[in-house]
Parts: sequence; C-alpha cells; structure tokens
Amino acid sequence: MAIEVRVPTILRSYTGGAKIVEGAGDTLIELIDDLDAKHNGLKGRLITAEGGLHRFVNIYVNDEDVRFLGALDAKLKDGDSITILPAVAGGALGFAAAAALMGK
Amino acid sequence: MARYESLLDACGGTPLVGLPRLSPAVPEGAPPVRLWAKLEDRNPTGSIKDRAALFMVREAEESGHLRPGDTILEPTSGNTGIALAMVAKLRGYRLVCVMPENVSAERTQLLRMYGAEIIFSPAAGGSNQAVATAKQIAAEHPDWKMLFQYGNPANARAHYETTGPELLHDLPTITHFVAGLGTTGTLMGTGRFLREKIEGIQIIAAEPRYGELVYGLRNIDEGYVPELYDASVLTRRFSVGTRDAVLRTRQLIEVEGIFAGFSTGAVLHAALAVAHEAVRAGNRADVAFVVPDAGWKYLSTGAYGGTLNEAEEALEGQLWA
Repeated sequence: MAIEVRVPTILRSYTGGAKIVEGAGDTLIELIDDLDAKHNGLKGRLITAEGGLHRFVNIYVNDEDVRFLGALDAKLKDGDSITILPAVAGGALGFAAAAALMGK
Repeated sequence: MARYESLLDACGGTPLVGLPRLSPAVPEGAPPVRLWAKLEDRNPTGSIKDRAALFMVREAEESGHLRPGDTILEPTSGNTGIALAMVAKLRGYRLVCVMPENVSAERTQLLRMYGAEIIFSPAAGGSNQAVATAKQIAAEHPDWKMLFQYGNPANARAHYETTGPELLHDLPTITHFVAGLGTTGTLMGTGRFLREKIEGIQIIAAEPRYGELVYGLRNIDEGYVPELYDASVLTRRFSVGTRDAVLRTRQLIEVEGIFAGFSTGAVLHAALAVAHEAVRAGNRADVAFVVPDAGWKYLSTGAYGGTLNEAEEALEGQLWA
C-alpha cells in the first residue's frame, strides 16, 4: 500500500531533495521505519532517543495532528496523506523575535 | 449593554451568531447540528487580540512591571501590535513595534495612527534578521518592557475570564469549541474554562499551514512551541492550508454575509469538518468557532478576488493568520 508523505524543506537533504515521498505501514511508526530504510537518517530527525516524537516536529494524517490520534501508534490506511512540518506556532517573526528577546 | 465609560470597557461581549445556511443539513428526525460564529472583529481595534492586550497591560500594571510613561517593546506586525497600541495610548505608555519592512501597508498605517513607533528589520534577512534587530534594540534599551504574549499567562486568562464565560452564557448547549492556534492563548483560556463547565466538550485547534518560505528554519531544533501551550486542553488539532482557508473565507461571506480575515477560513474549515462528522454519527452538535478579525486589513493581498489558484499565489510567503 502507498502512503504519500510531504517532507519540509529542512528535511529534504534526507530524501534527495524530494518534496513528496511514498511509504508503507499500518501505523505511523511502521511508516517512519519504512521511510528510514529508503532515506537513511530521517527517523533520527523525527523521533527522539527516548522513542517519542520530536518536540518541534508536527506530523499530520489527512491534516489532523497525530498527537491526538495515538501519536506513533496512529493507524494508517492506503491513500492517507501525511504532512511533516516543523513547529512554528504563531508565525515566524513574532515568536522568533520574542523568544530571542526573552533569552530563550 | 450598549453604554460604556471608555473604549477599554467596550472590550469583549462580542455577538455569537448562528449560521443557518452553512450548518450541514441533517436527515429528518435526526438531532440538529448547528454552527455559531463568535464575531471578535467587534472589539475596539477589530480583533480578538484586544482581550489579551488589555489583560496583559492590566496585569503588568498590577504587578508593577509597567509604570506610567514606560515604553513597551513588541515584536509583532499583526493584531496584537494594533491592540497594544490602542491600550498603550489610553493607559499612557509608548509602544515600539519591531517588524519586517515587507508587511502590508494597512498594518503599518494602522499602527502609526494608533501612535505606535515602528522599527523595521530588513525583509531580506527574514526572521533571522528580525531576531538580530530585536536583540540589538533590547540590548540598547534595557528599560523597555516586553509583555511576551507567547508565555504570558494573562493572555490565556483573558479568555478564561471573558471569552469562555460569554460562550457558556450565550450557548449553554455548546458541544464543540473551535479556534485558531497561534500564541495558543484563546484555546488554552477558553478551552480550560469550558472543560470545567461542560462534560465531554471538544476543544479543537485549527493551525494555519503556510508556504515553505514562511517557516524559514535552518533545522528542526529552531522550532518553537509557545510556553502557554498545553496539549491536554485540546481534543483535536487540524492543520489547514492556504487554499482551504481562502475557500472557506469566501464561502462565509457568500453564504452568510460575514466578511472575515483568512484565519477565520482556517477555523471554519475545521468547524465544518467536525460538524459533518456529527451529522454522519447522528449526534447533536452546537459548534462555536472564533472569527478573530474582519477582512479589511487583507484586502490589499488581492486574495478575495480571482481564482483560488491566484489567491493561493497572492498569499504565498505571507502570514495570513
């Protein structure tokens, strides 16, 4: 089965520059393992050493945040569309400048 | 109530209006599924940010962080800057906004008319340049005060104490609350209040999904989650792309006559999704969603006219929510 995965610019060094890749799996973690086999190192950018989703990575299944769908155990099916995005709530300028000013 | 002692007292108390034409039809005999829009453009400066600005300034005054004549530094080009400019003017503070030089003309003009001073950071440098500019200004003016809406509990408290109670009063049968996710203040404050009052209520976030250019990160570790954010307050979170947001914004004015900004379109997209799910499940639903502002400030984008493709292109690289 094929699941379409949209990869953000900052992770395309792992996909040979590809914006959209295909993978397979019944759950999100199976899909990520499958992707990592084809695009070595990708898993390490999405998942922490403790085995959870990286704090600054958001993954959406058909536009819905997987953290509310069972996270890495979220069930997938053929034809699902996955989007990976970096966490930047509130827009680039506001948060970045505010965080810098607060010394974070 | 329609009479207030001053403009600051007229903050909040916004109308909640039903959307009989946009609400999905249900089979005969099935329980009703209704959509309700909370019109936050009916605040003093035309956005939901008036609530947070007022609460953050009041809290800073009470704690002694702000003293008469102080200068407030705010790195935002959006609604928070405009709201703070009005509150600062009426409460006797000076407001300095740091923003990139490529923001819309409406925003710059509004901020200046409300009396804010603007320091531009070069557009070419993107957010990295804005950070550098803001750091430099802060270093040069250690006495300037920041309210830091992303981590300021008074931002969420504004919604816990006003938006939440207003919704409960106007729609005691509410089953879903849907709002945009930025600083997360609206969802955290309103969500906590409604969860305490209504068992099983769904708190749903709609997050704008921008074009690649806007993210501008060099790596994942440069990401940021606002200090106010607590995922346990939410039940679901949707990512909504520019195309869907524009489509729904246009649908809202065409079908219900409500002229809203594009972030409203993102929120409505999520609200319609949960409303249609309720219809399929045969459940009763009263879905209230937030209209954060009207469309006036975004007219110059050109995204209200032309085809969806043209609108998507016009908003490419812009912070439309």
